[in-house]
Amino acid sequence: MSPKTLYDKIWDAHVAHEADDGTCLLYIDRHLVHEVTSPQAFEGLRMTGRTVRAPDKTIAVPDHNVPTTPGRDDPKNMTEDSAIQVAALDTNAKEFGIHYYPVSDVRQGIVHIVGPEQGWTLPGMTVVCGDSHTATHGAFGALAHGIGTSEVEHVLATQTLIQKKSKNMKVEITGKLAPGVTAKDIVLTIIGATGTAGGTGYVIEYCGEAIRDLSMEGRMTICNMAIEGGARAGLIAPDETTFQYCKGRPHAPKGAQWEAALNWWKTLYSDDDAAWDKVLTIRAEDIAPTVTWGTSPEDVLPITASVPAADSFTGGKVGAAQRALDYMGLTAGTPLRDVEIDTVFIGSCTNGRIEDLRAAAAILKGKKIAVKRAMIVPGSGLVRAQAEEEGLADIFKEAGFEWRLAGCSMCLAMNPDQLAPGERCAATSNRNFEGRQGRGGRTHLMSPAMAAAAAVTGKLTDVRELM
Amino acid sequence: MEKFTTLSGIAAPMPLINIDTDMIIPKQFLKTIKRSGLGVNLFDEMRYDDDGNEIPDFVLNKPAYRDAQIIVAGDNFGCGSSREHAPWAIADFGIRCVISTSFADIFYNNCFKNGILPIVLPAEQVEALMKDAEKGANARIEVDLEKQEVTSSEGETYSFELDAFKKHCLLNGLDDIGLTMEKVASIDTFEAEAAQSRPWI
Repeated sequence: MSPKTLYDKIWDAHVAHEADDGTCLLYIDRHLVHEVTSPQAFEGLRMTGRTVRAPDKTIAVPDHNVPTTPGRDDPKNMTEDSAIQVAALDTNAKEFGIHYYPVSDVRQGIVHIVGPEQGWTLPGMTVVCGDSHTATHGAFGALAHGIGTSEVEHVLATQTLIQKKSKNMKVEITGKLAPGVTAKDIVLTIIGATGTAGGTGYVIEYCGEAIRDLSMEGRMTICNMAIEGGARAGLIAPDETTFQYCKGRPHAPKGAQWEAALNWWKTLYSDDDAAWDKVLTIRAEDIAPTVTWGTSPEDVLPITASVPAADSFTGGKVGAAQRALDYMGLTAGTPLRDVEIDTVFIGSCTNGRIEDLRAAAAILKGKKIAVKRAMIVPGSGLVRAQAEEEGLADIFKEAGFEWRLAGCSMCLAMNPDQLAPGERCAATSNRNFEGRQGRGGRTHLMSPAMAAAAAVTGKLTDVRELM
Repeated sequence: MEKFTTLSGIAAPMPLINIDTDMIIPKQFLKTIKRSGLGVNLFDEMRYDDDGNEIPDFVLNKPAYRDAQIIVAGDNFGCGSSREHAPWAIADFGIRCVISTSFADIFYNNCFKNGILPIVLPAEQVEALMKDAEKGANARIEVDLEKQEVTSSEGETYSFELDAFKKHCLLNGLDDIGLTMEKVASIDTFEAEAAQSRPWI
């Protein structure tokens, strides 16, 4: 048998039909649904008299619009259009008979946190959702990626996607991370190295010692931002860490089925002599705590650096950098550690998991915030409950953080959690685009520990100084 | 879906790289449960000031480009969020074709579902078409999907590559779901076999 990559193996196990030109129907094992990108798809089914082919493989949860403040199960506490979208998801979930976690359910949260938490996401699966951060689930060795609403409708109706195979890219992180350096720093560094289009047309497999050493939470952070590097999907081969995370989850297999699943999962790795179309290798020791200075996730620098000059770039990037500096209100040559912060946001599908909250709490314990506003938004109701049980919530509250309910919140600011024009935010989310967190808002992306450090000092801060 | 065969239109130059879908249609307009009506908010934050007045410098607000049907853009157009609201807004505005050196994957696919042709050309050809587009409304660019050719107002012709299946669907305005439903026997067979070999799914 010819050697295969992990991507090749998962792909081959899911082709339901292949046309002569290589166009495939790829079978989808899990379809995750949220309220923003699905209403038009369900409406399409209704208009054509179609049904959901596999409701037992379809899971819905409202996350983008929901307020993160108490009283949110009352639609009166949402804006009218948000309430309409959430109500549409309620109705569609009921009418089409799919698994559903409403706002009132403690298991509700960000779809990419709920899926793994409930055991819906398992190694070797194909997972899609009308959301680009579906790439998150690649951390399990599942082929997972975002789709548009027309494709949401296609999956609902047929449980397949029309796909052509992507190319294989390997990103290897060798060696061990230095103290204070986390998964978020790894992925920001990778995007800095490849650019936001570097992964376009590829599925990236992340490997190497530093990746193997990561927890499932850290791996999800890495794969979550594969899309920010241009790849639709990122993958990490499943191993003991993966199996231990999955075991006992509500929708994970049990007994003999668990053993059968495990036997297959253990074959899911890239063969030693597999062929790669592109390879990038980074030494973990070379990665520092990292922040973004501009308006693209590729605009990254170590926290020890200074704001770059636009003319230090080439080609179309010169104009883009100048535009970014203007938008961000930054002057070339300013040390990043002198940049003052107004707001801190810790949460999102990138960094709203329990490990992220623990990392932030470790920095915040016994300290007070020096910023105008700081909020922690757990990725799910269960993460929230666990953080309360572990005493983390008390640390946050004592430091002056707002302790919120679960949702996407200020990552994309579709709910009331938004930045004001000119407000500067240290955020653990995934995008620093113009207007992303609110019109005119200025976003610096970083790890939870770095965001917590910024909250304490009121500036972008090297977390290593607070450790 | 609307068919795409040929197009002769005004092209708007947008030399910015990494134009993301948050720029194309900001989040506050994703709260709709319809596909239509988004054109008025296309590029909203670049197009209007805080009071909702048009920003005269923005390309689509200039008289020469108000009826543009083509965008010529910098590298990596459509990166970021998977929101199909981006191509919905583009189509609703009247744009049927976007030309760039590269597109983000999900956006690229979403275009074909909405009768929009995304064309990838080498940097020097995009640059030439950008210059052509800068001439304004008198410089109409021609697009022929069947021949896979773009012709500038000066008669310079460039060929582009395109997946045959995507081309076929766009030319004929075909609904993907209908086509897939014709293969339902294959899906049934696959599903039955997968249920045997991977029953935990």
